[in-house]
Amino acid sequence: MKILVPVKRVIDYNIKVCIKKDGSDVDLNNTKMSINPFDEIAIEEAMRLKEAGIATEVIAMSCGTLASTDVLRTALALGADRSILVELEHNPEPLAVAKLIKVVCDKEQATLIICGKQAIDDDSNQTGQMVAALLGWSQATFASEVKIDGDSALVTREVDGGLETLKVLLPAVITTDLRLNEPRYATLPNIMKAKRKPLDTFSAADLGVDVSPRLTLLKVLEPTKRTAGVMLENVDALIGKLKTEAKVI
Amino acid sequence: MTVLVIAEHDNKVLKSSTLNCLAAAGELNAEIHLLVAGHQVSSVIEAAKIVSNVAKVLVADAEQYVFHTAENIAELVTSIASTYSHILVSATTFGKNMLPRVAALLDMSQISEIVSVESEDTFIRPIYAGNALAMIQSSDAIKFITVRATAFDAVLDSGGNAEVEMLSATADTLLSEVIGREISAGDRPELTAAAVIVSGGRGLGSEKKYYQLLEPLADKLSAALGASRAAVDAGFAPNDYQVGQTGKIVAPDLYFAIGISGAIQHLAGMQSSKVIVAINKDEDAPIFQMADYGLVGDLFDIVPELVAKL
Repeated sequence: MKILVPVKRVIDYNIKVCIKKDGSDVDLNNTKMSINPFDEIAIEEAMRLKEAGIATEVIAMSCGTLASTDVLRTALALGADRSILVELEHNPEPLAVAKLIKVVCDKEQATLIICGKQAIDDDSNQTGQMVAALLGWSQATFASEVKIDGDSALVTREVDGGLETLKVLLPAVITTDLRLNEPRYATLPNIMKAKRKPLDTFSAADLGVDVSPRLTLLKVLEPTKRTAGVMLENVDALIGKLKTEAKVI
Repeated sequence: MTVLVIAEHDNKVLKSSTLNCLAAAGELNAEIHLLVAGHQVSSVIEAAKIVSNVAKVLVADAEQYVFHTAENIAELVTSIASTYSHILVSATTFGKNMLPRVAALLDMSQISEIVSVESEDTFIRPIYAGNALAMIQSSDAIKFITVRATAFDAVLDSGGNAEVEMLSATADTLLSEVIGREISAGDRPELTAAAVIVSGGRGLGSEKKYYQLLEPLADKLSAALGASRAAVDAGFAPNDYQVGQTGKIVAPDLYFAIGISGAIQHLAGMQSSKVIVAINKDEDAPIFQMADYGLVGDLFDIVPELVAKL
């Protein structure tokens, strides 16, 4: 079984984003970028399936500018066998990414796609579901446990209010939630090895996919900021404030 | 122009987030239809048809809809989508799971978790964990939208008189099957609907102490229990308690942040709360920069004292 793992290059999760002065977009110049944390979990899950003898090959792919090469190298250092970059001038919308993933998946004949449930930049939470739709595959989103059982997968999903166990027919798309696993660290020898692993590059035109946007970003706004309130001396003062000033109890 | 809202329910009760989603739909100033897909949903239909701003309730009742799996619900929604200008669902795990599948089947994009309707094609949604807001205009024929429930005040759940239309069911895709559900039971309100939330962080030290300290306070205030990602990662609380960018987005009247330092990712989930109380031993904790009321001191003294005096 081949597993395809799409990964995205995003702002590092420890960095707070800044908005450009003209409000046209966020400012990512000179900002530390990393692999999307949910996608790192996806790579780890794929590697565990390979190490368990269930998967034969793990292929990482990314859709973005040439700079996305660095997250593919990260995926390779974490164990992926080879990687594919679909080189684009801009970050595409989730629907376009889904179409690119579908074409690569068809070419590679993968039977499982594992991807992050959302990217921490645009927080869309759409791509995995869209890929499943385009391929006509089953989908198991927000996974916290994955067991492959013959021609199906048993996936524990994090849903509102608790957990759900879903049995999906393979081939399938699984999207990862935070608690699925704890990704390993890339060791220095593996980082060195990753530099020699295959990285193929295609354009959207090579794959016959129209990536033109459907959505226009009109502007980016600052959210209303909360300001610090008052520091209180003791519990009595707090109860007093909640009763008489805020009137919430 | 007609707007379709997809109801969330458990085949018995219409979830309150649907009423918030209907409020967002109401801002489009068009006729609103509400889709109830499930199995043996008569009580949901009764609740749906009296919601104040619904003109028509569409009902699809079949066994394959009972667990609301994305594959089967998406087939159904796709089959009726073409007559609508907008299709909305709340951004709960049900909506987030299902709607992108419908959009892609129809070759349309989706706008996720809107917090404001600017016009019929322009919406505002948070990006970067709520650290920025994007104003987005869509050129698609049908606008597929998930709605952040806390950003819209619920419409009245009574006073309406919608007609009810039965739909024929789409074929079972047989792609997936729910074989188990562990929904945390209990008398506590749901996190995203609670008026008061008592949330704990890594400062609580252990799972035992998390419950020991926070449950009495939550009981006293009829509050939901929440947790920071750090507390969830440390195993103090289950993942569905998690408030933050990667967990639930909440906006209660009163939010207690207890032993929570205030990582960006947590603040993203609770910064819309009306009143925030922070209790922490570290007076430099970032949470105090956004709390309305702060108390510095030992949680294990302050919280029991608070419970005793409330």
